[in-house]
Formats: sequence, C-alpha cells, structure tokens
Amino acid sequence: MRKVYMDYAAGMPVDPRVLKTMEPFFMENYGNPSSSHSFGAKPKNAMSESRERVARLVGAEKPEEVIFTSGGTESNNLAIKGVAYRNKEKGNHIITATIEHISVINICKHLQRQGFETTYVPVDRQGMVDSERLKEEITNKTILISVMYANGEIGTIQPIREIGKIAQENQIYFHVDAVAAAGKVPINVSEENIDLLSISSNDMYGPKGIGALYIKKGTRIQPVMQGGGQERGLRSGTENIPGIVGMGKAAEIAQEEMTVEGERSSQLRDKLIKGVLNTIQRSYLNGHPTKRLPNNANLRFSYIEGESLILGLDMLGIQVSSGSACTSKTLEPSHVLLAIGLAHEEAHGSLLFTMGKQNSEDDVDYVLEALPGVVKKLRAMSPLTPKEILR
Amino acid sequence: MYSKKVMDHFMNPRNIGEIPDADGVGTVGNPVCGDLMTMYIKVKDDRLAEVKFKTFGCGAAIATSSMVTVLAKGKTIEEALKITRGDVAESLDGLPPIKMHCSNLAADALHAAIKNYLEKKESKQ
Repeated sequence: MRKVYMDYAAGMPVDPRVLKTMEPFFMENYGNPSSSHSFGAKPKNAMSESRERVARLVGAEKPEEVIFTSGGTESNNLAIKGVAYRNKEKGNHIITATIEHISVINICKHLQRQGFETTYVPVDRQGMVDSERLKEEITNKTILISVMYANGEIGTIQPIREIGKIAQENQIYFHVDAVAAAGKVPINVSEENIDLLSISSNDMYGPKGIGALYIKKGTRIQPVMQGGGQERGLRSGTENIPGIVGMGKAAEIAQEEMTVEGERSSQLRDKLIKGVLNTIQRSYLNGHPTKRLPNNANLRFSYIEGESLILGLDMLGIQVSSGSACTSKTLEPSHVLLAIGLAHEEAHGSLLFTMGKQNSEDDVDYVLEALPGVVKKLRAMSPLTPKEILR
Repeated sequence: MYSKKVMDHFMNPRNIGEIPDADGVGTVGNPVCGDLMTMYIKVKDDRLAEVKFKTFGCGAAIATSSMVTVLAKGKTIEEALKITRGDVAESLDGLPPIKMHCSNLAADALHAAIKNYLEKKESKQ
C-alpha cells in the first residue's frame, strides 16, 4: 500500500545530513565543553558554531544571545516565567493570545495562580491577532507580550512586526513562540523588535529534545532552573552536545533551503486545499487563506468527526491529525479551533495536513483521490448528514 | 490504539442505515461532545428482527454501534435490555480507557430504542 505521511507538525524525520553531523559527538567527542583539558575543545567549538548557525537563522546580532534548552516548551517556560519573575517589581500583567500553544497558555495560568494577571487577546475567524486590540490592553503594569509567530495548527502567520513595534513603543518585553514557524518562514528578531524567541529543533528536521531561546542582550530575565550555571547561568545542566550540534546543522540547512522548499511546499499546500474544497461539498479551510505556513492545510468537513476520518485515511496509508476532542487527552476539542469561533461540532470535523520535504505532488494527488471516499462513507453513516448531501 | 475487532467494525460496520417504519427509535449523545447515535429496531414476536444504526463520532463510537446491532439482532426484548456497555466493549476485545465512557454509548442507544418501542406499544393498548 502507498504511504503518505502528512503529519510533519506531530513529528518529522531527522535530515540525514544532521544525523551525520551529530554522530562523532556520541562516542568520539564526548568531552564536556566546560572542561579545561583538551577533550573539552571539540564539543566547545562545535557548540559555538551551532550557536552561530541558530543565531543566523533568526537574525540575532550576537550568537551569545542564543541559549540552548530542551525544546520549545522549556524555551517558553524560561522566556515567560524568567521575564515575569525578574520584572515583577515593575508590573504583574502579561498579554498573550487565545490561540497560543498550550505550553504558553498553561505557563500563563500557572503565573496567574501566583498573582500575575493575563489578558488573552482574541483572534478573528482566520486566527489573526488584532494588534490594535492588543495595544488597547496595555496598562502600566504590563511587563510582557507573548504572541506566536505562526500557529502550528491552523497555520496563520501573525502580524509580528506590528506587535513588535507596539511592544517597543511601550517599552514592554516581546516574546515570540516561533516553534512552528522557524525554518519555514524568514524571521529576523532585530528587524521585528523581538526580545525573546522560542524555537525547537525537531520542527526543522533536527533531533528531538533540543531547542533554543533567543534573548536580546540587556533583557532582564532570571533562570527557572538552578544548577551549575551553564548557558550564561540561564540554563544549567550539562549541555546536550549531540543535540546542539544537530540543531545547529538543522538551522543551517533550513536557512539555505527555506526559499526553495517554501515555494515547493506552498504549491503542494494550495493544490491540496483547492482540490479538497472543489471536490468535497461542505468542506472549509481553517485559518488564513494566504498568510499561512507553507506546509499547513487545516480543513473541516461538516457532519463527521475527525478521529474517524484519521482512521479511515490511515487504512489507506495516509497519516494526518485532527483537532477533534476524540483525539485529545482532555476530551476537549482544540482550543485554537474554538478560539477562531468554530462550534464544537465544527471543530470535531477538522483535519490537519502538515507536509514536509518527503511529500510530492503524487502524494497530494493520492490524498485527493482517497479523501472524498472516506468522507462520503462517514457521511452516509452520520445521522447529521442532510439527504441532499448524500446524493 | 484500537483492537483488530474495533477496526474491523469501524471499516466494515454491520447494519448501517435507517428503518423507515421502525417500531422503536432511540438517540443518545450530542454532536457538541463528538458522539451522536441513533438506533432503529423492528420487532417481530417479541424479538428484535432488525436493528440498524446511524452514528456521528469517533472510531469507537462507530464500532460499538455496529457491535451492539450484532449482539441484539434476534434477541428477545428482555435479553436485549440486558446487553450492557461492558458487553459491547468486551465483544470488541476492549476499548482504550479514555473511550470507555465517552464513546461507548451504543448499548444506551439500543435501550432507548427499546424503551421507545415499549412506550408506543403501551399507548396503543
């Protein structure tokens, strides 16, 4: 059977070039970069090189502004808690958006239990944060604005430059969760007035368990984990050298191939979206039609439920995701789909396709061939389907 | 995540459809929660001659609907009322724990259809 994996947002393979770069750091160059003897040199140099590569990917002025972490979730924790705790004498108010990654939302909830206040700025039907509305929410107690670069689920790319300008004018720290966007769309922390930016390696063909946080020089922040003082005291713990080396290589490749891959991927994405909307009645696109990640197509089908769509497609060799409650641990539909104004039953019927380097036009053709039948079969079973749709 | 039997009943559901002149119809669940089932029964000589369903929901919701029709068909009313959620799950070689409560509504839908039949019968007498 043909295999078409379109769930890159959930997990993607490591680029072979990345793996090759990592290999010597397991059994040969296993020294500790903090050591004074010669065995520390190679890991130390490799780490600096990786830091430079990551810094270049996000447009950081200095490599030292990049701190390695264990991934996107830790970067978000360090950025938000680190800034909140360090600046609490200035204020206790944080502004974020309703469609943020669950880690950002849960960090903010955690801080709320400790006396911080959070404003969750709503988004429009296409998942776009209203920057004017965000501006109105600023008070003299606001110490941090945290808005994601792009949403990994509905793909919408946010007006980061505008929000960065607002943050700068009001002298408020601006954190951006760029886990879903980094390596896919160009990011420039300097030009976009970003003070802190979270990225993750496994969202750009790097290994899992490694990420980074860009922290602009001069940002008042404190560590959330105490220990031996690695990473300028902000992230203690022996450095994950193979991971760091892998992430650096992944960042370098992502930067080199972004334009070509972005164009190729967005053509596949548009073909898939157009094909589905043209052939399947009562199907809709979630998220913004143009300001969206090049590899993301989030589609919604009335009268049927996402998990059964996933299973039906899986039987035909196609792997995708859904925002349905039936696929979540909490039995609640995706908070992102609810935030863009979908009713629960609409959110249940959504399917998320995230494409990657290994997908081809043939894959899209195969999905377009297989999907209508799966939808039809489930609709025929559903008590919600109106008779005229079945004809 | 699902057993082979669940996948079989999901891919090849038994007894799908409506019975236009059903003797009893029962609906349980709610599309807001992600599961909605309607069960149709036809009764002959106190036995379930026909059982059909329509379901909106996840794989478990569809498989349990299909399985309950298989378990109930041919049974007397009294026997069919004794079919439990546990029986349905067991006949499918089990369900993931998270699905035991939310999607395992098929027995309830069957009982609702039987209750509807009994009420109709009573009002006729």
